[in-house]
Amino acid sequence: MENNIVLEARSICKSFHDPVKIDVLKDVSFKLSRGEYASIIGRSGSGKSTLLYILSTMDTDYTGELFIDNVSIRNKSEKELAAIRNEKIGFVFQFHYLLNEFTALKNVMLPGFKLNKLSEAELEHNAYEFLKDLGIEKLAHKMAYQLSGGEKQRVAIARAMINDPLIIMCDEPTGNLDSKNADIVFNIFKELTETFNKTLLVVTHDLDFAHKTERIIELDDGRIVGD
Amino acid sequence: MKVKHITEIAIALMLARWKQTLVAAIGVTFSIAFFISLLGFMEGLNELLDGMVLNRTPHVRLYNDILPSKLQPIDLSKEYKNHHNFISSVKPTNTRKEIYNAQQIINQLNKDERVIGVAPKITAQVFYNLGNIDLNGIINGVDTEKEAKLFSFSDYVIDGDYKELKIIPNSIILGKGAADIMMAKIGDIITVTSTEGEQFSLKVIGFFQSGIADIDKVQSYASLSTTQKILGENSNYISDIQIKLKDIDQAPALAREYGNFFKIDAEDIQTANAQFETGSSVRSIISYAVGITLLIVSGFGIYNILNMLIYEKMDTIAILKATGFAGADVKKIFITISMSIGIAGALAGLLFGFLLSLIIDAIPFHTSSLPTVTTYPINYGIQYYSIAAIFALATTYLAGWLPARKASKVDPVLIIRGK
Ligand SMILES: Nc1ncnc2c1ncn2[C@@H]1O[C@H](COP(=O)(O)OP(=O)(O)O)[C@@H](O)[C@H]1O
Ligand SMILES: [Mg+2]
Repeated sequence: MENNIVLEARSICKSFHDPVKIDVLKDVSFKLSRGEYASIIGRSGSGKSTLLYILSTMDTDYTGELFIDNVSIRNKSEKELAAIRNEKIGFVFQFHYLLNEFTALKNVMLPGFKLNKLSEAELEHNAYEFLKDLGIEKLAHKMAYQLSGGEKQRVAIARAMINDPLIIMCDEPTGNLDSKNADIVFNIFKELTETFNKTLLVVTHDLDFAHKTERIIELDDGRIVGD
Repeated sequence: MKVKHITEIAIALMLARWKQTLVAAIGVTFSIAFFISLLGFMEGLNELLDGMVLNRTPHVRLYNDILPSKLQPIDLSKEYKNHHNFISSVKPTNTRKEIYNAQQIINQLNKDERVIGVAPKITAQVFYNLGNIDLNGIINGVDTEKEAKLFSFSDYVIDGDYKELKIIPNSIILGKGAADIMMAKIGDIITVTSTEGEQFSLKVIGFFQSGIADIDKVQSYASLSTTQKILGENSNYISDIQIKLKDIDQAPALAREYGNFFKIDAEDIQTANAQFETGSSVRSIISYAVGITLLIVSGFGIYNILNMLIYEKMDTIAILKATGFAGADVKKIFITISMSIGIAGALAGLLFGFLLSLIIDAIPFHTSSLPTVTTYPINYGIQYYSIAAIFALATTYLAGWLPARKASKVDPVLIIRGK
C-alpha cells in the first residue's frame, strides 16, 4: 500500500431506516493522499455530511471499509476511535461550535489536553501561534461567545490544527460566513496544505470555493458521480 | 487525560450554572447538618434516659431470693427416686434475706479484676408516719461514698449534703415525692415504723430525686447502720451486694459465675432492664431512617442539576466527543461535577451539623425529674459525622453516575446534525 495515502474509503454504504429504508450512501470509494486539498460537492441531501461523519469515525453504523493512515478502523472500540479522532483528524463544522464556557485560547487547547503529549505551557504556546497565524491572537483571551462568526470559525480551525492531525475535515465551513470571511477561510486552508502539508477534505455547496481546490469529488444521491 | 484538565472542564460547566449547583450543594449541606444534629440529639436523649436507670443500677446484684426450696423432702427419698411427684402450694421457709458471709464476698469481689467496685445495700420496708396516716416506704441502707462513686448517688440528692448521712446518726435522705406528701423540710424529724412495729425518729438531712415519680414517693436513703438498727439486725447484716463491672456486656456471664461460686442469687442488668435497650434502639432506627431519607433527597437534587446540565450542554458534549474525548472522559467530567457538589456540600454540612449540635447543646432544658440536666443532651460521636459523610458521598456518586453515563452515551452526530 502506498504510504502517502492518509484516508481510504472502500465501498461505503449507509442507509437510514426512518421510517422506510433510504440508501443515503451507495458504494462510495476514494483515496486521499497526503497534502491533497479536496472538496466534496453535491446538492443538498446528497449525503455529503453523512459521508463526512463516517470518515471522521463519529458514525460507525455503515458497511464497507475505512482506512485512516492505512489502518482499518473496523472493530475499534469507542475509546480507540476517540483517540484516532483526537490525534489524526481535525474537524471544522458549519456552525463554529466552540465551548462558550472557555476562552478562544482554551478552546484551541482542549483537544491537546486530551492528547496529553505536550505540557500545558507548550500547548498554550502552540495554540497562541496558530491564532497568530490566523490573525486573531488579540482575541486569545476573549470568551468564545464574544467572538463574531468569522472569528469563531478561525478559532475552530486553530483547534482542528492543535494536535497536528493528518487530515482536516470541514463540513460547509463557509456556509455561515459572508464572502469576505469565506475568502479568508479558503486562503487559510490553502496555506495549510501548502505550508503545513496538511490534507484537507472540505464539504461545500459553494461551487466557487470548490473550483479553487485541487480536487472535486461530486456526490449525487449517495453516489460519486465525478472525481 | 490529566485530572487537572477534567477538573478544569468540570468547573467551567459548573460555573455556567452556578446558582443551581449551589442549591444542590446546599441541599447536601442541609441534609448532612440535620442528619448529624438529629442523630446526635437522639443519641444524647437515649444516653440520658438510659443513664436514668443504667447509671444507677448495679451491673450484677447478689441477693437471697425468697423462693421455696428446690429440693423438697420427697426428692431426697431413695424409695421414690424414679417417680414423679406433684406438690402444690409449696411455701418458702426459714429463708434469710441476709447474705451469709457478705463481707468476705465483698472482699473477694474487690480483688476481681473485672470489677470496678462493690457496694453493699440493705432495704428496709417501713411506714412513714404522718399523723394518723401511714405511708408505705422503703429505706435503702447504703454506703454513701461507694454509692456516690459507683452509682452517681450524689447527682440525685437535690438538697442537703449526702455525706452527712454517715456522720449524723439516725439521719435520712427522703425521696422528693415522699417529702412533698409529708411536707418535710431539711432539719425536720420524721417518724417511721418498721415492719416489726418499732418506731424510729429520723432527721431529714436532704432530698432525693431519681426522675421516676413512683420511686421518689416511696424510696429514701439512710446509712447502713441506721437501716440495720431499723431492721433490728446486727452490723454484719447485708441483704444486697451491688457490683459495677468494667464491661457491662459481661454482666450476664459474670452473674452466672458469681451465682454459682457464692451459691447465691445473681441478677444482671440486661435481665433487669431489658425494655430500655429496646426503646433506645427503636429511637435510633427512626432517627437513622429520617436522616438517611434526607441524604437521599439531597441526592435527587444533584441528580436533577446534572440532568439539566447535560441537556443544556449537549453541544459541549458533542464537540468534546468530536474532538476526540471518549465517553469515559465525558463521564469523568460529570462525575467530577457531582462529586465536587457532594464533597463541598458534605464539608459544609459537617461543619453546620457541628454548629447546630452546639446550638442545641446550649438550649436550656430543665426538668424536675432530671436534676443534673440543664441543657438539651447532644452526643458528639464521630460515627455520625463519618456515616453522614460516607453516605452523602455514596448518594452523590450514584446521583452523578446515572446522568454521567447518559452524557457519555451522547451521539455527537445526532447533535451536530441537529443544528
Ligand atoms: N437520522 C436520519 N434519519 C433519516 N434520514 C436521514 C438522517 N440523517 C440524514 N438523513 C437523510 O440522509 C440524506 C443525506 O443527508 P446529508 O448527509 O445531511 O446531506 P447533505 O449534507 O449532502 O445535505 C438526506 O436525505 C437526509 O434527509
Ligand atoms: Mg450537510
